[in-house]
Amino acid sequence: MARSTFVYVTYIRATPEKLWSALTDAEFMKQYWFGTHCASQWTAGSPWKMVYPDGNISDAGEIVEADPPRRLVIRWQHQSKPELKNEGESRCTIELEPFGTAIRLSITHTIEREPSKFIEAVSGGWPKIISNLKSLLETGSVVLLDPYPVTR
Amino acid sequence: MAERPDTDVLFKALADPSRRKLLDLLHANDGRTLNELCEYLDMTRQGVTQHLNVLEAANLVATVWRGREKLHFLNPVPLQEIYDRWIAKFEKPRLKAIADLKKRLEKGNG
Repeated sequence: MARSTFVYVTYIRATPEKLWSALTDAEFMKQYWFGTHCASQWTAGSPWKMVYPDGNISDAGEIVEADPPRRLVIRWQHQSKPELKNEGESRCTIELEPFGTAIRLSITHTIEREPSKFIEAVSGGWPKIISNLKSLLETGSVVLLDPYPVTR
Repeated sequence: MAERPDTDVLFKALADPSRRKLLDLLHANDGRTLNELCEYLDMTRQGVTQHLNVLEAANLVATVWRGREKLHFLNPVPLQEIYDRWIAKFEKPRLKAIADLKKRLEKGNG
């Protein structure tokens, strides 16, 4: 079946536990995700949603697998823009692997269609978020405060 | 800030036209096998493999095994870090100026 995928990888100097907590703690997340956060119990089967700073829900789904601090799989569907929502569910796999003194963080996002507007949309956002997360964990501050300063 | 060795690896990886071409190919169409990439480059399979290894070591290419196929994906995160480090700060005042102009014009309409 046709599919669209992207894979993003970064190496972050942190412990797996600290990185896992950075990926799942709503208040911490807001610092590197431009005010957006994800809400969930972070256990398999529990609902998951991504919430914009204004409280609107951008994406929703369910935790498929949670193996802290190693692997997280999210069933993920966009909610706010009809053309993206209509593409259906995607799957986001987040993996943390110790690599020397750092953690290799990989994010693989896949949807079973080609081409995909949804994958195009999220692929632009992830590098900024990951880069901010790395900077926040390694230096204590983010580099970008606003992803799209003009349009927001 | 002390220069980290991975920055050297990154710029060395970018300092080659064949490797930039490989990145361009993945940018146009992500998730390709070695065979697919070889079609576009006038060099041996071993040569392409070596270039891909350099790109992978610099974290510009991420690979995923799907069955017996190794797929290569463009990983833009190190490039985003270059942007954050040297470009983002220059864009802020300009973007703020445009945002302020928009705000002022829209206020004028209301």
